[in-house]
Amino acid sequence: MLNPFDNIRFDWLRRRRIFIGISIAIMVAGLISAVGRELVPGGTDSFNMGVDFKGGTIVTAKFRNRPSDDEIRDALNNAGVADPVIQSSTNKPDEVLIKIPLLEGETAGGAAGEQDHTLQVQAGREEVKSALDTFGKAAEGDATLDSAPDAAYKIIGTDSVGAIAGSQLRNQAVIATLLGLVGILVFIAFRYDWTYAAGAVIAVFHDVIMVLSFFSIFQWEVNLTVIAAVLTIVGFSVNDSIVIFDRVRENVPLRRTDSLFEITNDSINQTLSRTVITAGLVILSVLALVLFGGEVLRSFSLALLVGLTLGCYSTIAIASPIAIWWQSKLGDSKIKDVLAPAAKGEKLASSSRRSVTRRPVTR
Amino acid sequence: MNRTGLWIRTGVIIAITLIGVYLVFGPRRMPTSADFTWEGIKANLAENINLGLDLKGGSHLVMRVKLDDYLKTMTENNAQASLSAIGDHTDPKLTVANSSIVAENGNYSFSVTLADGTNLDTVAEAVKKKVDLQNWNETRSGSTITWTLGAAAQNVLKVDAVSQAKKIIESRINTYGVKEPTLQNQGSPTSGQILLQMPGVDDPERVKALIGAESNLALMKIVSAPNPSPVTTYPTIDAAKASLGGTVPANRKILPYAERDEPTAAGRTPDQKAPTSYVVVEYPAVVDGSELRNAEAVSRTGAQGDYQITFQFKPAGAQKFGEWTGKNINNYMAVVLNDEVKSAAFIKSQIFDSGEISGKFTKESAEDLALTLKSGALPAKIIYQEERTVGPSLGADSIRSGVEASLGGLALVIVFMLFYYRGSGVNAVVALVLNMLLTVAALVLIRSTLTLPGIAGLILGIGMAVDSNVLIFERIREELKAGFDIPTSIDLGFDRAFVTIIDTHITTIISSVILYMAGGAGPIRGFAVTLILGLLINLFTAVFVSRTIFNWELSLRPKMDRLSI
Repeated sequence: MLNPFDNIRFDWLRRRRIFIGISIAIMVAGLISAVGRELVPGGTDSFNMGVDFKGGTIVTAKFRNRPSDDEIRDALNNAGVADPVIQSSTNKPDEVLIKIPLLEGETAGGAAGEQDHTLQVQAGREEVKSALDTFGKAAEGDATLDSAPDAAYKIIGTDSVGAIAGSQLRNQAVIATLLGLVGILVFIAFRYDWTYAAGAVIAVFHDVIMVLSFFSIFQWEVNLTVIAAVLTIVGFSVNDSIVIFDRVRENVPLRRTDSLFEITNDSINQTLSRTVITAGLVILSVLALVLFGGEVLRSFSLALLVGLTLGCYSTIAIASPIAIWWQSKLGDSKIKDVLAPAAKGEKLASSSRRSVTRRPVTR
Repeated sequence: MNRTGLWIRTGVIIAITLIGVYLVFGPRRMPTSADFTWEGIKANLAENINLGLDLKGGSHLVMRVKLDDYLKTMTENNAQASLSAIGDHTDPKLTVANSSIVAENGNYSFSVTLADGTNLDTVAEAVKKKVDLQNWNETRSGSTITWTLGAAAQNVLKVDAVSQAKKIIESRINTYGVKEPTLQNQGSPTSGQILLQMPGVDDPERVKALIGAESNLALMKIVSAPNPSPVTTYPTIDAAKASLGGTVPANRKILPYAERDEPTAAGRTPDQKAPTSYVVVEYPAVVDGSELRNAEAVSRTGAQGDYQITFQFKPAGAQKFGEWTGKNINNYMAVVLNDEVKSAAFIKSQIFDSGEISGKFTKESAEDLALTLKSGALPAKIIYQEERTVGPSLGADSIRSGVEASLGGLALVIVFMLFYYRGSGVNAVVALVLNMLLTVAALVLIRSTLTLPGIAGLILGIGMAVDSNVLIFERIREELKAGFDIPTSIDLGFDRAFVTIIDTHITTIISSVILYMAGGAGPIRGFAVTLILGLLINLFTAVFVSRTIFNWELSLRPKMDRLSI
């Protein structure tokens, strides 16, 4: 039986100030990045919003020999067009739809005047054209691929496109997630205690804000898939917090003389093997997606990688300290009332029956 | 546990597994031998799992809202409403001498010339009270008032109309059941172009007709002698006009009355019979489609061609309709759809909140009509400009690499579980594979469309399934180390881990249900659905299935002194 996690007695909670300090440092960096980028004139935006969110230019190109999606994407990336959406046209296989986000410093389609609109479309067209020129000459003007034998492709349509995910979807996602968190808060409070509920939910907020900080600092593209990633992160973070809280809840009636501080610390250590295995497997799988999952999924996989790692970290670094801190404010007697269901016959009976034999495990 | 119990549990597991395998890989018809070949299985799999726009592609439609028509209709309606507002006054000084409308080449205005130029203020006041002319400029010269729509105001109205059209189109395709379409403005904001991408649907022409269907419903009073005399109809337009003294006043309209018409979603069928008669109705309408709360296709007998549409009004509309019907008992009322009278009936008693469009509709046409009525009327006609089928929006190549990377990740998990937990790792792998199979089977069963957010839900579900197994195994190891014998350790391990698993699963299910309810029709819902299914199934696979395998081990080797875990 392999077991590298025997007898780990690491004092996690003593280091809580370091953990919280690191978290705050990253969040402050994220805040500086988000606010700073807005304030610097001519700079980038807080977040690198993809074409899903801010719209851009759609170019339809017809090729003599159609390169693969990847080749087109590489050509665009080399020409400095970040995060294009390449969509093949299945009923016209030699044509391809290329969507690129708005170029830096331009205003979104919505309220922009007719002239801005034309300029934007032209700029987008030029960008795509300069990238596609690596495949050969374009058939210009009235020339078609048939009439210009040396041309490799022709741009047959350019237009601007608005955002897919307007503010409506974004708001809907935020509201739905917040309501979901309220549900989590109430359920954990019902099953455990308000202090634990608050700890878990604050940890979730921490994770999401940290992920957003990473996206702002490193200017990773925010597109529709990131919404799905954030929802996943929320679920995983709560899951992780509950596993440890569950162990604390189990240990409290078994160790009436110990402080909650010690009990929580030991509970983290007792479940450490599980935490490392689960988190390790999930994170390694996501790492495979980051490394080999291709560029289009990169925002999604990066968000998952950062967020799932944080989900584990925040249970130890944020959720547990907050729960303990709050309980210490409430006073010890209150905790015992809350967490040790002294009068709930069966649960306690089985716990105390096991407590004798269990002690060596925890000691 | 005794053998009989074990056999029953095993039977349940095998039965569910077989159902799952059939749902995912089997055909939705009588299986033939071809279904057992590799090709047949692949074809069935592709048939059973609906992939969304981002993973499989679909239709790409560029349409244009005819904004010029929209402004023209608006100008005409305002002109007519203004005339009718002035006509309500009995003061002879307010007689309209002349009126005109300009609605072309980007110029939209209407003017009213009065017999007497001294009362223009009263007229302007009367019009403003009845007609919303917020965006219109009022100018006066002599005894003429002109209301003009400036260029800036035109743009504001156009942008509004496009976003209104987008909302209506979205609601129509969502109600029809198209999963996760994307809608974008295309071109300049005032061009009226909308780009719609939607995953493959069975009947694209029907969806196209549905999107573009006009559905202007109005309930109007017919100018006719009251019941018991039959409703007054005229054989030709001219005859109807003659009854009004040769000209149609602003507060009257002549509409065709086609009794035996079977409209499709687009409002017309190719073999539609010419209207047989005309009726004169009072304008404006008593209530119109904007007051509708709900519309439904219903059938008395269930036979084809026997469907009709019932509708309910919103409270304000119901109030208006109730007051009006109360005052008009025995008068005739017309149900007007797209400027054609669908039915004419006398009012038996006061009606408040509901009505019906009778006629001989087919089930499909009645359903489509109810759907378009419910979504509201489009601001103007829509024409299709470009149509093509497109590949997945995430790109076929990146999906392939994504799938390969995910399979790699899964292989990693399986290898680790077998390496780390040895014999018990087999339990975990069986539970995991079964979890994935059954989750996909459940998605097939509820005809859900799988998109990337859905896959994210699947990933989280699988992650929590792995976690459940790890929780159970680690717990069993702890109990073994604490000195319990193998059966007790397994019992305690499952019992204690079960509490944790239930808590984590219920928490996530609660938040997913909230996400589903509050998340609208989009990607959030797709995520929530797969996650909820994955977690419910995990309670079965990680706990019930895995436990059964352990119990078989115990039952087959009662004197086991080492558990491979």
